[in-house]
Amino acid sequence: MSLATHTIAELRRLLDAKEVEAKDIIDSVLDAAEKQDDRIGGYLSWDREKAYADAAQAPEGPLQGIPIAIKDLINVKGHPCGCASKILTNYVAPYDATSIVNLREAGGIPLGRANMDEFAMGSSNENSGIKPAHNPWDLERIPGGSSGGSAAVVAANEAIAALGSDTGGSIRQPAAFCGCVGLKPSYGRVSRFGLTAYASSLDQIGPLTKTVEDAAILLGAISGSDPNDSTCLDESVPDYRGSLEGSIAGKKLGLPKEYFTEGIDPAIRSAVEAAAKQFESLGAEIVDVSMPHTEQAMGVYYIIATAEASANLARFDGVRYGHRSPEASNLAEQYAKSRAEGFGHEVKLRILLGTYVLSSGYYDAYYLRAQKLRTLIRQDFTNAFEQVDALLTPVSPAPPFKIGEKASDPLAMYLADIYTTSANLAGICGLSLPCGFMTPKDGAREVPIGMQLLGAPFAESTILQLGHHYEQATDWHTKQPALG
Amino acid sequence: MSAADPDFNIRYVADLARLELTEEEMATFEPQLQAILGYMKKLDEIDVDAIEPTAHANPVFNVTRPDTPRPSLTPEEALRNAPKAAKDQFIVAKVIE
Repeated sequence: MSLATHTIAELRRLLDAKEVEAKDIIDSVLDAAEKQDDRIGGYLSWDREKAYADAAQAPEGPLQGIPIAIKDLINVKGHPCGCASKILTNYVAPYDATSIVNLREAGGIPLGRANMDEFAMGSSNENSGIKPAHNPWDLERIPGGSSGGSAAVVAANEAIAALGSDTGGSIRQPAAFCGCVGLKPSYGRVSRFGLTAYASSLDQIGPLTKTVEDAAILLGAISGSDPNDSTCLDESVPDYRGSLEGSIAGKKLGLPKEYFTEGIDPAIRSAVEAAAKQFESLGAEIVDVSMPHTEQAMGVYYIIATAEASANLARFDGVRYGHRSPEASNLAEQYAKSRAEGFGHEVKLRILLGTYVLSSGYYDAYYLRAQKLRTLIRQDFTNAFEQVDALLTPVSPAPPFKIGEKASDPLAMYLADIYTTSANLAGICGLSLPCGFMTPKDGAREVPIGMQLLGAPFAESTILQLGHHYEQATDWHTKQPALG
Repeated sequence: MSAADPDFNIRYVADLARLELTEEEMATFEPQLQAILGYMKKLDEIDVDAIEPTAHANPVFNVTRPDTPRPSLTPEEALRNAPKAAKDQFIVAKVIE
């Protein structure tokens, strides 16, 4: 069996026993990528020599010798950081993001730039300005997004683990579609310094891994306060991995009824309901709860996220970095033409929407109203977490669709984010992990089903522990896609 | 299709956003944006008059650190990605006639 199929925890034992070296792991991962990534499109680039050099200098730590794939919007000094956008062709990161500094301090090796939807805007990876990524379980289908490349390379054993970012589900949904584990940490858990901003009140960096244990290890490595990100809270970082084994007997798990309405695919509903039964047999108590503002979350999310994006992406003006149009005769034209030539369709669409909802005369009707509804959505979670330790929900109402199927209908695409956007609006943490397989109606190949465990702010230990116990009792996470 | 938001003027918004759009793009964006804005009407169903807005999930205020000089990017590093630069400066189109 190739080293690339191993988990961080397994490789730690092999490295500590001196049975393998970091170079062997890097080679295993990149050999797999060289062999098959032209069919998957999970990576935009990688640099074997840089990885060797980083491995030689890596300090002792939980990740020493472990290569980690990095989503193409997190800055790694000297590596490209193009956000899968044509506007940032040839951009080279001048510094390390804090999450990368922390990763390096734990001994980790940043390796490869993972494909994504341009500027993290999308749920299918079809909006990548470079190339689409494919689902390793069925290459005709999307891997999800926006961290589609991160999920695909982990699922296809072209990476041991990956870092992604989650603004409205962008770690959890591709993890579910590709059959890996994805964690969106609480708002303020992981520094965003060096993360190219999409929506600053929602963005979080988090791990995509093969097991819950690996997610705990990687989260522990990247978390912690940062003087360069004032939104990153000064909360101590618990031993996430050490707390995995604690008993879950008596833990209360809420099933929000609004997450199981008629829009959900029956196979996904029954897989999540079966997972609830499994949790009961592990000693947890299942409680029905209500989250009355669930239906508003998607609309609120797309107003707030696009408003913030329209401001954040104003920095791409062709002055300090990025594409500059050769056609412009004055500064105003330079802005408008450079942005027109550099941004893709979905990015332009979201900038237009965000600009409109913030514009004079419409601010109150859209943006302010969305912020008020955000208060109600957050209260739903506060109320729920007074009754239960965590919530159990589906990740997506439908399985991954075929590439190109929804390309001209952005609203249909947005509606599929119904179960994931609330966590970002409320600032809580969420863990996506495999809970079954299904064969979509329009296909012959099985694809994974994911479930989501939602926890209160900074209750990552609780959802990781629940997820770990479920994973130990099931074997969904051990299944491998047949790539041939 | 009927316009969900008849006030929506794509030329005006594109200008605010500093985006030059082709006629063809405008013809694609307009119905897509109208459909999205139509969906947003769902948010009008709830009375929010007495609700305080939330800007951040974990509100923290006035986070400060000592204002001490520390190493930053060198001019070479800062200009490394510039489309046009000379004499340690970014070159832009002429702004004053």
